[in-house]
Amino acid sequence: MTMRWFYYAAPQTFYGLAGRMWPWLAAIALLLTAAGLWLGFGLAPTDAQQGEGYRIIFVHVPASWMSMVIYLAMAFWSVLGLTFNTRLSGMMTRALAPTGAMFAFLSLWTGALWGKPMWGAWWVWDARLTSELILFFLYLGYIALTSAIDDVRRADRAGALIAIVGAINVPIIYFSVKWWNTLHQGASVSLTRSASMAQLMLWGMLLMALAFWAYTLAMVCYRVRTLIIERERHTDWVQALPDVTGALA
Amino acid sequence: MNAVFTLVVRDLRLAFRRKAEVLSGLFFFVVVAALFPLAIGPEAATLRHIGPGVLWVGALLASMLSLPRLFDNDWRDGSLEQLLLSPHPLGLLVSGKICAHWLLSGLPLVALAPVLGLQFDLPSEALGMMALSLLLGTPVLSCIGAIGAALTLGVRGGGVLMALLVLPLFVPVLVFGAGAVQALDSGLGAQAHVSILLAMLLPAVFFSPWACSAALRIALE
Amino acid sequence: MSQLQVIALSCERGGRPLFAPQSFTLDAGQAMHIEGDNGVGKTSLLRMVCGLAPSASGEVRWGGEVTADHRAAFLRDVLYLGHSLGLKDELSALENLHTASVLAGQPVSRAQTLEALHTQGLASRAHLPLRVLSQGQKRRVALARLQLSKARLWVLDEPFVALDTLAVHALQQVLQNHLQQDGLLLFTSHQAVDLGRSVQPWRLGA
Repeated sequence: MTMRWFYYAAPQTFYGLAGRMWPWLAAIALLLTAAGLWLGFGLAPTDAQQGEGYRIIFVHVPASWMSMVIYLAMAFWSVLGLTFNTRLSGMMTRALAPTGAMFAFLSLWTGALWGKPMWGAWWVWDARLTSELILFFLYLGYIALTSAIDDVRRADRAGALIAIVGAINVPIIYFSVKWWNTLHQGASVSLTRSASMAQLMLWGMLLMALAFWAYTLAMVCYRVRTLIIERERHTDWVQALPDVTGALA
Repeated sequence: MNAVFTLVVRDLRLAFRRKAEVLSGLFFFVVVAALFPLAIGPEAATLRHIGPGVLWVGALLASMLSLPRLFDNDWRDGSLEQLLLSPHPLGLLVSGKICAHWLLSGLPLVALAPVLGLQFDLPSEALGMMALSLLLGTPVLSCIGAIGAALTLGVRGGGVLMALLVLPLFVPVLVFGAGAVQALDSGLGAQAHVSILLAMLLPAVFFSPWACSAALRIALE
Repeated sequence: MSQLQVIALSCERGGRPLFAPQSFTLDAGQAMHIEGDNGVGKTSLLRMVCGLAPSASGEVRWGGEVTADHRAAFLRDVLYLGHSLGLKDELSALENLHTASVLAGQPVSRAQTLEALHTQGLASRAHLPLRVLSQGQKRRVALARLQLSKARLWVLDEPFVALDTLAVHALQQVLQNHLQQDGLLLFTSHQAVDLGRSVQPWRLGA
């Protein structure tokens, strides 16, 4: 089993694999998004207290989930990269970061859209929203650091370290923000805990979460391929690629 | 251990012969603390309310400003490379440097903050808690900040980049540090806050030299 | 017995190999002069031998043991001087040498330090901050450091650069003494060097 993983960890092999996978993943993402949105915005019943505005949770909650899962994935690849010194780990982490940042931003933005009709304010210092904001900063930090360092290897390894340090801190940050919020009796943007959250709502969020998953995997595959070509451009196999021959110096 | 002690003494000696760097960080703290009343108004009740927060953020920013100094000079004149080539464990040597840095940049803040707290009309128990919370919190800032400083050694836009990396990680310390003073003020008691600050201090002191060493090796490859 | 073995050491820069895998052995009392054009990777090779830079392949052995696995023992025996001298301008020569020796794991007494500085003609300036010394005098402080070092293997990157004739002789003397005491020397230099014995040349690059 481990041998298979190391085989796929070689950039050349992964390039081929990712190339075959990403169109399928994109298609799945599209289908699931359509299904999820139809369920969320079409089928799910109107909430007793929040009216129609609550429907934004079908995007907000899955986006929050994804932003956290992606950060964990980045930490995972970072640990792998620092331990085994594989080139692919750095590329995977770098490929994940922009999508993670996007989901964090999406979560914040939809949180604001949700909050406005609820609280009359575009931003409330809700514990989860504030933690999400800090997670967004952590993403920006990683992207800024890896962009600022010219040497690719050093950038990958430095980024891996900050991703790991950030990941360790995320639960601490969440806990401290929650504490801060309850102490100051802040507002809370959350779903009404009605007697039984409609099954439909749960299905809707799950579908959207899966859709976002598929989208992330598709984007990561696509981005990693670009990174592979860029970084391995001196190797024979890249020079021999049909779309590449002659295009690279 | 002798090596660590020698390193701490060396760093302290260097700072005393280049006082301007250390002092400007402290003056920054004083200036920032004075800016808020100027921006918000001198109303005593308001100042008393925002005082702990303002002083804590000021201390945070002053710490941030002093962090590049931790490794930059050593890196530029080649002594950092020599540290990496020392047979002594790098983690120990780095903890010596962080300790010296805190003595120069963190401890003075602990002493200065209560004095500035008078400008905000904070009661004396609050001043005491201010000092205690900073005493427990500034070492954590030095420890976490050191990792950021090591990662951004020699990188373009280093100082600001380091701030972006490290400030989100400072949030827990800020919340519980400033919260301790406010909790005391509102009569709730700051026991929990102090315990949590302590709980953050111990792992930070133990793990950050190790993370810092890894970061330094990456930076000097 | 002190012996440095470099086995198939190679380096990568920007995704492509900088030079072909290098293998050589250096025994006690021997000196090796790494030659090559600018940019061919001489500094990288020296840094890889010391473990400062990771190698793409190969290993370094000191006294038969792989240095990557026995870092502390290796570092105790090696002295590396790169392009920067690793000296602090605000500290005096005495303070600089004392700190350097403690950090290198070989503390030396004040008397020994003063004697080394005396040999370099800096006894009267031992207590002054390096800031007020000239560039040449600072290099002599670095020389004093070499003199005081008990490290068996010296790895020096361009030690002769920007030295006047007198300083070149002084350095050559220090290096000769080191080799006579069964030390090992690995260095780069753009100029010819006379160490009173045969120096193994090693050409790097095409």
